[in-house]
Amino acid sequence: MSISIHSIHKTFGTYKALEDISLEVPNGSLTALLGPSGSGKTTLLRIVAGLESADPGPGRILFHGENVVDIPAGKRQVGFVFQHYALFRHMTVADNISFGLTVLPRNQRPSRNEINDRVAELISLVKLDGLHQRRPHELSGGQRQRVALARALAIRPKVLLLDEPFGALDAQVRKDLRRWLRLFHDEIGLTTLFVTHDQEEALELADQVVVMRNARIEQVGPPQKIYDHPRTPFVYEFLGNVNKLVTPDGVTRYVRPHEIEVKFAAELDLQTDRLAEVQHLFSAGPVASLSVRADDGQFIEVEISRKQLEEMALSVGDKVALGLPATS
Amino acid sequence: MSHSEVTTESRAVRVLLITAAGGVVTLFLLLPLMAVFIEALRKGWEVFFEALRDEAALSAVKLTLTAAAISVPMNTLFGVAAAWAVTKFRFKGRALLISLIDLPFAVSPVIAGLVWVLLFGSQGWFGEWLEKYDLKIIFALPGIVIATAFVTFPFVARELIPLMESQGSDQEEAAVTLGAGGWKIFWRVTVPNIKWGLLYGILLCNARAMGEFGAVSVVSGHIRGETNTLPLHVEVLYNEYQFSAAFACATLLALLALVTLGIKSAIEHFTGHVANGH
Amino acid sequence: MSKRRVIPGFGLSLGFTVIYLSLLILIPLAALFLKAAGVGWRGWLELLTNERVLAAAKLTFGASACAAALSTVTGLLVTWVLVRYRFPGRRLMDAMIDLPFALPTAVAGITLTAIYAPNGWIGAYLDRIGIKAAYSPLGIFLALTFIGFPFVVRTMQPVLEDFTRDTEEAAATLGAGRWTTFRRVVLPALMPALITGFTLAFARAIGEYGSVIFISGNLPYKTEILPLLIVSKLEEFNVPAAAVIASGMLIISFALLFCINLLQRWLNWQPR
Repeated sequence: MSISIHSIHKTFGTYKALEDISLEVPNGSLTALLGPSGSGKTTLLRIVAGLESADPGPGRILFHGENVVDIPAGKRQVGFVFQHYALFRHMTVADNISFGLTVLPRNQRPSRNEINDRVAELISLVKLDGLHQRRPHELSGGQRQRVALARALAIRPKVLLLDEPFGALDAQVRKDLRRWLRLFHDEIGLTTLFVTHDQEEALELADQVVVMRNARIEQVGPPQKIYDHPRTPFVYEFLGNVNKLVTPDGVTRYVRPHEIEVKFAAELDLQTDRLAEVQHLFSAGPVASLSVRADDGQFIEVEISRKQLEEMALSVGDKVALGLPATS
Repeated sequence: MSHSEVTTESRAVRVLLITAAGGVVTLFLLLPLMAVFIEALRKGWEVFFEALRDEAALSAVKLTLTAAAISVPMNTLFGVAAAWAVTKFRFKGRALLISLIDLPFAVSPVIAGLVWVLLFGSQGWFGEWLEKYDLKIIFALPGIVIATAFVTFPFVARELIPLMESQGSDQEEAAVTLGAGGWKIFWRVTVPNIKWGLLYGILLCNARAMGEFGAVSVVSGHIRGETNTLPLHVEVLYNEYQFSAAFACATLLALLALVTLGIKSAIEHFTGHVANGH
Repeated sequence: MSKRRVIPGFGLSLGFTVIYLSLLILIPLAALFLKAAGVGWRGWLELLTNERVLAAAKLTFGASACAAALSTVTGLLVTWVLVRYRFPGRRLMDAMIDLPFALPTAVAGITLTAIYAPNGWIGAYLDRIGIKAAYSPLGIFLALTFIGFPFVVRTMQPVLEDFTRDTEEAAATLGAGRWTTFRRVVLPALMPALITGFTLAFARAIGEYGSVIFISGNLPYKTEILPLLIVSKLEEFNVPAAAVIASGMLIISFALLFCINLLQRWLNWQPR
């Protein structure tokens, strides 16, 4: 089910949290809302869920064409996973997951057996077999997260909304869970919108990335496109790993470290290249990164393959020529 | 917890401080508590039980239980409603409301009784009207109930507000997105999370309600066998120089206090949290 | 701002809270001030500046302040020991702190009298060296200290528990001794809690009745506290006078609490 957001505004007192937000989330996509804290991404997610309401006005939120602005959160059928999971601490895993089914009005509520079957199905779907009777405090962070996910899925939501889904996890668990979530999404195909402040997470996981800043959307597009063609300096810098260079004629350019070619100083092309001195070498990873100082004093980060580093036998103090990519 | 050497005191200082604190607690708290029981039994068990079997004592116990049975549920209901309103929502005047809930702490129990005399006493605003319809509030059970309710008004709310504030509203919001309605959220999500704090609030409210003296003394009229609560009965006996009997009845109230403290300790032990009661 | 609230029950809970608060607390208190105003501005002042009232006020506020101060000092000691040290009987000590909350005031009153009366447990010894504890301002002071003690401990305890030792360790690495660290690092951090504890103990002591009347002796001009004076006015059926004294007492209590609140806010605003 697609989500269409049209001109949504939100103010808290005098603080503008969202300004004229419009966005299309295609059916079945995995979309990331990416931005620094205070950019409004969580507020937008909560408005989609119905946990906050947008300022009164012409703003609309459509689920598959149906305006849901006036539908209260409890009737919107959204699966919402909270940043700190918000699991019911006093309930077992199974009771947490079945909660949404057991609070249905009697005439819509499935029988006890049907609920148990659904819970069993969800528990194996999120790979928590054998943990039915555990309580939240007996689970690891990653397990809690999956309980929260299963609980949200139990009500057969139309869309899935995740607030900083990996925010509270360790680096390793984060990586594993990220891959798992991607595969999981592909398996169930539910339209999913998630909030993150981690650009790597957004780029790796999402089909579509929405970069937000100061209550507005800066750019929307597939990860590759956003990374290769950032529309604004902010997007360039926020996606990380970028050199901000000032050319002799005073123009600012953004160049990613891997886009710069490193040659021997003897191969310097005065038309396009710059002369620089290696200040620092870091080669304890798949690629080697160099910190160099250009002849005009600017510091530049460059990435080259380990192989190239060995072939050129570079060390600190060496002079190199930097080939910058042609301006597009 | 391992503490580094630099942030603890030398053994001698520690022993000195612990001894001093132990002395303070023994002298100020333990000694008075022991005195109640020892004075009560000074003239032997017979006099002790005689005092408890006395008809006036029994009627005082009954009145005390009745007054608490009405005022405590009232204040519990209020405490839960007030805590829900001020912790789950943000609205204009919220800070003022929280301060007003604490107001009775700054009001003398005697004044808490006096206000009802001003309203419902024979010289009060509604005095004549009540007399005309032969209704009695002052010098009767209703007066004792409302005076008790005034004094014990903040206890449940005071216990719940910090607890619910620290728990946040995440779980309630999650329940909303899962389709639960108000009562279901309250009973199935909120109550299980606050039950120990609620229980302690009710216990403290109850202990204060049963032990209230100043406010009740002003509105009760001290009619023996009719409007004397247990604390008032203790006063009457004491003023009649029946010290052992007075202390015998006081042991019942002291036991109530001990049970309250015991349950509080047990709750803290089970939950690992410090219930902060004032 | 939107009007729809996500969590249900706003109208019901707030409505009930406000109505109950108004009926039980606000309207009766308003009635008290209305009654007191009935005697007129001059009558009000005259009744309040009556010599007997002034003596009672001086005793009430003076004894309450001294008692709250002693509660604060002993409370600080006991809190420190409870939070920082582990020793046999610690749990019992912790549980005992709340006794004055839970013990009915009348019971506290008669038992403290039994201890401090001239023929009492401790009173007999004090009597021998010429100190009259019960039936004197000293007795009032002792009863009020008993009442106020838990307020100080229970206010300070969570603050001291949350106080991390890093700062103390930092002070130690900078060469401060234990006492200097306590005085210059720990005590300032505890100050707001100390003041809150003092205020609560003080406010409670001003209004205290049950635990005082047995031990005080109740002699006009000498050992008569304000709440007792209100009761005796009522017993003389002098309701307006009772209302006037009560209103004066409430105004002073509220004003004191307000000032200390301001002081507290000012302390909290100090950059750390």
